[in-house]
Amino acid sequence: MTKLADIVVIAAAEAFRGDGEIFASGMGTIPMLGARLARSTFEPDLMVSDGEAFYIANELPIGGTDKLVEGWIPFRTVFDTLWGGRRHVMMGASQIDARGNTNIANIGPWSKPKTQLLGVRGGPGNTINHATSFWIPKHSPAAFTAAVDMVSGIGYDRAEALGPWVKAHHDLRRVITNLAVLDFECSERRMRLRSVHPGVTVADVVAATGFELVIPDDVTASRAPSEAELAALGRLDPTGLRLREVPEPL
Amino acid sequence: MSRDKRITHDEAIATLTSGMTIGIGGWGSRRKPMSLVRALLRSDLTGLTIVSYGGPDVGLLAAAGKIRKLVYGFVSLDSIPLEPHFRAARQQGTIAECVEYDEGMLQWALYAGALRLPFLPTRAGLGSGVVEVNPSLRTVRSPYTDGEELLAVPAIRLDAAFVHLNRSDQSGNAQFLGPDLYFDDLFLNACEPGRRFVSCERVVSTDQLLVEGTFHTLRVNRSMVDGVIEAPNGAHFTNCQPDYERDEAFQKEYATSATDVDRWAVFHERFLAGDEAAYQAAVAEWRAAK
Repeated sequence: MTKLADIVVIAAAEAFRGDGEIFASGMGTIPMLGARLARSTFEPDLMVSDGEAFYIANELPIGGTDKLVEGWIPFRTVFDTLWGGRRHVMMGASQIDARGNTNIANIGPWSKPKTQLLGVRGGPGNTINHATSFWIPKHSPAAFTAAVDMVSGIGYDRAEALGPWVKAHHDLRRVITNLAVLDFECSERRMRLRSVHPGVTVADVVAATGFELVIPDDVTASRAPSEAELAALGRLDPTGLRLREVPEPL
Repeated sequence: MSRDKRITHDEAIATLTSGMTIGIGGWGSRRKPMSLVRALLRSDLTGLTIVSYGGPDVGLLAAAGKIRKLVYGFVSLDSIPLEPHFRAARQQGTIAECVEYDEGMLQWALYAGALRLPFLPTRAGLGSGVVEVNPSLRTVRSPYTDGEELLAVPAIRLDAAFVHLNRSDQSGNAQFLGPDLYFDDLFLNACEPGRRFVSCERVVSTDQLLVEGTFHTLRVNRSMVDGVIEAPNGAHFTNCQPDYERDEAFQKEYATSATDVDRWAVFHERFLAGDEAAYQAAVAEWRAAK
């Protein structure tokens, strides 16, 4: 039986398929593993970092220190790269709406939040400049909400209102959760169910989502890793950090 | 021989007055000028505007009630994502004015200040909550055929700047030996001359500057610096690579203490009631007792 954590990491890796020679930037264990797995297997031109300031050429395990450095990417260069569009980031979101507006900043009114979270951080610049995907570990109506409390990453409705350049470059790719993979690949650019993880039904996803999803006739099952991908995962995450972040459902 | 700009922490702080705008270098819980922040905590200055890619600098100053206005790209302890004092200050509304920017917008604001421009244009921030919670932000239209409307990030000019680097000579030719300069040069260049302070792990003679790093590490020169403060372990408990890593155990102690009023009082009495030497001695004692 394939572990849910492996399904999720494969989905994260798949988000980077076709990206070529750009910076695949993963925030947190699952996105970082996804980027490194894609680079190790089907997307070898990707560039991945150590999460500090270096591009690494070798197959570096999460938390590993034996780095083969192939480039230097201090924060100033990160900003240059992302404003230049040569990046695809996968980051978290505490809230997301049907058009892909996301919130990592605060819950409740910004002026005096009920809960202060991370602040907008790089979300505004990321979403307006290059491809952005999201990893949301707990798919729930609170997270998948009709309206986010603070827009830290802009969705399709806001991007479309900003004119032709932004409309052409704004690019939300995948939303990966513990239940499913979602995207915006439909004419109305609303969140669409792409695949459900093994053991999850479409009804489960609908029940865990606080807005109406676009549901195609052919919702597939999220794919399992190949033998080669499992072997690569063993090298990239030898201690099984992914299993701690994504436990098996009860 | 260039001018000797070495001063003490307290001499640096003595040049400041309440209500000033102070920029603090570093990033999150990385290479923060913590000894200067601790000196600021000991002062009776109030009503400050703080500009920072924030970490415990912002948390400590907020907890001490020093901040009237905060301009930030984020406030985080990195390995502990949420800064507890900042979180409490935001949730209790104790900072009178907050200016929350996208991380790149803050770089642009400092760069505009450094170049003496009124603003710099960007797309970062457009359409996001940032423009809604900062209603004074304006856009500017490209004068070329594209006619695109862009966000005009207003320049920040600082009254004082604090940065912590690995080495400096006595004149302020300073060196970063770690993986990232962050935006320390921009903080110095966006600051009015007179109160641009570099603390460092060690003051070395000019002829020693290229012993530990290549010329690429000399990104701060003496025309950008008014005062040099030798502060060994001065970034503690944030990191200062390669001299030392972040003191994760102490950061955890700080963060845990910060979530409770009584525990914070104990932490403050033990570590922050005295001068920098007392702080370093208390930390050494804490580590020995663990």
